[in-house]
Amino acid sequence: MAEPILMKGNEAIAEAAIRAGCRFFFGYPITPQNEIPEYMSKRLPEVGGVFVQAESEVASINMVYGAAGAGARVMTSSSSPGISLMMEGISYLAGAELPCVIVNMSRGGPGLGGIQPSQADYFQATKGGGHGDYRLIVYGPSSVQEACDLMMKAFDVADKYRNPVMILGDGMIGQMMEPVVFKDDARESSISEKPWATTGNEGRKPNVITSIYLDPEVLDAHNWKLFRKYKAIEENEVMYQTYHEDDAEWFLVAYGTVARICMSVMEKMRKEGVKLGLIRPITLWPFPKAILRQVADKAKGFLCVEMSTGQMVEDVRLAVGGKAPVYFYGRTGGAVPLPRAIEKRVRDVIAGRDPVVTDYLEHNQGGGGK
Amino acid sequence: MDKRVVFNEAHCKSCELCVWICPKQIIHLKQELNPLGYRPAYVSDEDQEQCISCAMCARMCPDAVIEVFR
Amino acid sequence: MKPVYLRPKSLTETVSHYCPGCTHGISHRLVAEVIDELGIQSKTIGVASVGCSVFAYNYFEVDFQQAAHGRAPAVATGIKRVHPDKIVFTYQGDGDLASIGAAEIVHAAARGENITVIFINNAIYGMTGGQMAPTTLEGQVTTTSPSGRTHSVQGYPLKMSELIATIEGAYYVVRCSLHNPAHIARAKRAIKQAFENQIEGKGFSMVEVLSTCPTNWRMTPVEALKWVEQHMIPVYPLGEFKTGEGE
Repeated sequence: MAEPILMKGNEAIAEAAIRAGCRFFFGYPITPQNEIPEYMSKRLPEVGGVFVQAESEVASINMVYGAAGAGARVMTSSSSPGISLMMEGISYLAGAELPCVIVNMSRGGPGLGGIQPSQADYFQATKGGGHGDYRLIVYGPSSVQEACDLMMKAFDVADKYRNPVMILGDGMIGQMMEPVVFKDDARESSISEKPWATTGNEGRKPNVITSIYLDPEVLDAHNWKLFRKYKAIEENEVMYQTYHEDDAEWFLVAYGTVARICMSVMEKMRKEGVKLGLIRPITLWPFPKAILRQVADKAKGFLCVEMSTGQMVEDVRLAVGGKAPVYFYGRTGGAVPLPRAIEKRVRDVIAGRDPVVTDYLEHNQGGGGK
Repeated sequence: MDKRVVFNEAHCKSCELCVWICPKQIIHLKQELNPLGYRPAYVSDEDQEQCISCAMCARMCPDAVIEVFR
Repeated sequence: MKPVYLRPKSLTETVSHYCPGCTHGISHRLVAEVIDELGIQSKTIGVASVGCSVFAYNYFEVDFQQAAHGRAPAVATGIKRVHPDKIVFTYQGDGDLASIGAAEIVHAAARGENITVIFINNAIYGMTGGQMAPTTLEGQVTTTSPSGRTHSVQGYPLKMSELIATIEGAYYVVRCSLHNPAHIARAKRAIKQAFENQIEGKGFSMVEVLSTCPTNWRMTPVEALKWVEQHMIPVYPLGEFKTGEGE
């Protein structure tokens, strides 16, 4: 077993990608993910890979398209405004069914926003973002170790389904240092296993990578083919973690950085006798609907906590289907929810002081924790 | 008879660039339509003799319809 | 009888969607002839752009990727970096390369990407129905410059070969025309040179090809060829703008 190494999230993710066989990186600088391209620019040449700093995120994602279509394990990384610029290319990647990994160390928006941690890109990541009927597989890691493990997995899942995969982190995951163990299964990239890739048509008919289907019947069939693939992903790839599912009456629901804070709140309040549990989606798409639906039968209620004005909470409400009330607490723009603020919110909810329809603004003023 | 200039009439779009460029002015459009709905270019059997195999028609053709022999 | 001219093998048997007399077909044929002559069919990967040439992959018997509008040089960069031993070319129109993809072509040239770019300049947006292009001539009437392009309103035509030739990373930049067989032969030599440069690892090569759009110019194919000679060439002079690094 390898020794744990203390590493910054962004650098650890980059190393994990290399160990997953990624040999091509195309990117453009943006805070707070710059350590990923910086690390890649040094490490990739050492392992026979290629790093290109593109002229824009638009160019980066299209270089990813070319390399993915050429059969390579390839990735890019960016942060919210840069990811918005990539949305055109991501739609093309999904349409042309090209595997790749996109890291979004998201920051506060809209617009130029800020550079501090945020979860305001949940809708963009899980509901499309670009044009057309497509889905990204989206992982929301809540530790550096988990980000590394998911990074390794992401390339396999992308190849398995020929679909782009997004790691949706935030400035906190990217910037903090934690011990990390790289599992000893470093792989080579797997170009030869992609018979559909454009590698030169030696001894076969030409391969074409495209997303244009002008005949409505053909495009309809293509979209339903994608739909069946997404169904299979929903059946096979859901990941989540539950805490105190057996005895909890009330559930926090949170992912990524916020899930860590919720875990502290849960442990503290449980010691005080509050029967509190936590459901932590790891795949944000496919969303872990079934477990939420299941615990909703016995739960008194859910409190969804996010670094947004309420995005994942919509999926939680859809999954719970009205079987129990779903409350929300959020901070935005780089403000991270404090444990004491979440705790107060939990106590308010349990005491019935908080209707389902909440005046977020009033509650959130002053951090809601005073 | 061996033809000097051969047209893939099914692919012709009647653009007439070959008609225009032919130094011997022996290329014409047929009256009947091809499956694409165009009147294909052709050289009559008697005019084949006049063809000098310069291949300017083939080099001008946007649809790679024409092959030339000598 | 011996063959003087045969259809290139690197073209598929598909009838193109191009309008009658459109010189896209000639450009395709020249690229296919060059691929045949250099014997690189099985190692060539093309990148189709957005515009009339969006379906280029239907017409070449080689591997192809279809790129988003303007992004073909970025896609080609991705392919070439993965397969440096393969021959990668983009085939782009003027809306794609000179307008929405201006950044991508400039930076592919600046990086000296070892790719071949075939740039079709017909001074108009063909696929979308004849709108003004960055290359539209002053005074030229299009559906979005109905009174003719006026520089005080719509600016000046963009001369991409002159622009790209100023970039250190560009190795070979040439502009040619297809308005008669002699110029078609010259264009073919330029295209062949651009592919040979890539085979020899010399770097970024771009061949600008002055082309016609009879449909949207509202002309017969023959009138369109004459319009290229009389109106386009004075604005877009032919010739080699760069042959070799640092020249």
